[in-house]
Amino acid sequence: MHAAQIVACTDGPLLVRGDFELVSSSGEAVERTRGTVALCRCGASAIKPFCDGTHKLVGFRTEPAPPDPEGDAA
Amino acid sequence: MDVAESAAAAGTRSTSSDDDRFQAPPFTARGPVSEQLLAALRRPTADADETLAGFSATVADALARTADVARDDDLQLSLLILHGLHYGGVVDADEEWEWHPETVAARVAIERAFERQLRDQVPGVAAPPAEAEAVASALFELTKPTPGPSVARFIAKQATDEQAREYVVLRSVYTLKEADAQTWSIPRLSGRAKAALVEIQADEYGGGRPERMHSALFARTMRELGLDDAYGAYLDAVPALTIASFNLMGMFGLNRRLRGASAGHYASYEMTSSLPNRMLGDGFRRLGYGTEVTDYFDEHVEADAVHEQIAGRDLAGGLAEQEPALVSDIMFGATAAMLVDGWAAERTLEEWTAGRSALRRERGIDLGTRRDEVA
Repeated sequence: MHAAQIVACTDGPLLVRGDFELVSSSGEAVERTRGTVALCRCGASAIKPFCDGTHKLVGFRTEPAPPDPEGDAA
Repeated sequence: MDVAESAAAAGTRSTSSDDDRFQAPPFTARGPVSEQLLAALRRPTADADETLAGFSATVADALARTADVARDDDLQLSLLILHGLHYGGVVDADEEWEWHPETVAARVAIERAFERQLRDQVPGVAAPPAEAEAVASALFELTKPTPGPSVARFIAKQATDEQAREYVVLRSVYTLKEADAQTWSIPRLSGRAKAALVEIQADEYGGGRPERMHSALFARTMRELGLDDAYGAYLDAVPALTIASFNLMGMFGLNRRLRGASAGHYASYEMTSSLPNRMLGDGFRRLGYGTEVTDYFDEHVEADAVHEQIAGRDLAGGLAEQEPALVSDIMFGATAAMLVDGWAAERTLEEWTAGRSALRRERGIDLGTRRDEVA
């Protein structure tokens, strides 16, 4: 098993693969059924700590929105 | 040709069905092409001169007469049977048929016509730059959730037990062979795209546990509903468009030149899976079913939230960076998946909202009812 790699997916979850442990805040192992997991980072998943795709419904963005070209902001 | 010659030398043959050595499939022909094909598959390839006499002309004639390959029952069923010779488990037949020139020619002829229709009807989308992030972003944009009616919402909120069973039957055409069509792409890819597809497929196939294979989870859902999980058991009741949806991915998977379309198609499937599967699981829970039935749907909520990231960025995006000329086919594959599945879903919703069955009910299919239902 290779060292853990975390992919910070644009507008989406943190994808974790490789050798890692996933534990709760009390240190207990979180049951996982697959090698590569997607961890929620929008806060809206119903199956936390895993991603369930809800970031798409809540308009989660990982980058600041580009300035509105027609906006008045200085 | 040893096998064929020894079979031919085995003795005199008649056209009587007593001589058929292979079992009839659990479904029936829908026109002249599937009729001749199914009859031929009951007999060995050694009899092809007799059983497939005039077959290429029959296929050509059917293709010339149809105005809509995607909705043509005879042609779509025939293509499923022909692809089935490659998959296995669709028709009991002489295994030599898989690469028999007549069956290959028919398969390619139907595929070409189907592809032409889709190239013509699939709406064009702007091709993103051949960069992984740009391709992933374009695919996520193309497949983003939309409000309004959908089959998954219908199941979640209002489907009857009967309609939920119909949904499972429709879905079984693909799902009992889930992920197999895409596996054909693996040797046609390299590097990042290949590694991505293998990572997804390992998960689809249960990560080493056969009982967790997605097709096995779906078969369990069918059995728990009291439905027959044998492939094709309800195929007679399935409309052409649903078969076309399955044939589309088989065509993309089996043709190396369409590897871009296959990658795009798969990415769009993964990207439109987590949220609908949550609704589907909720629908079956609403109808009173437990985890034995909903496990398949619940598994996809978590699995496909992983797969969609890998499929978009590393499979489709990685392929685009390796072979920039494939970007337009990646987008075509994704758009074709959305179009054909959209047609099938629209038809299902139309029938259900009009109070009709979404299946070809004239075939007299009985899907049963809940085991614990009180009459």
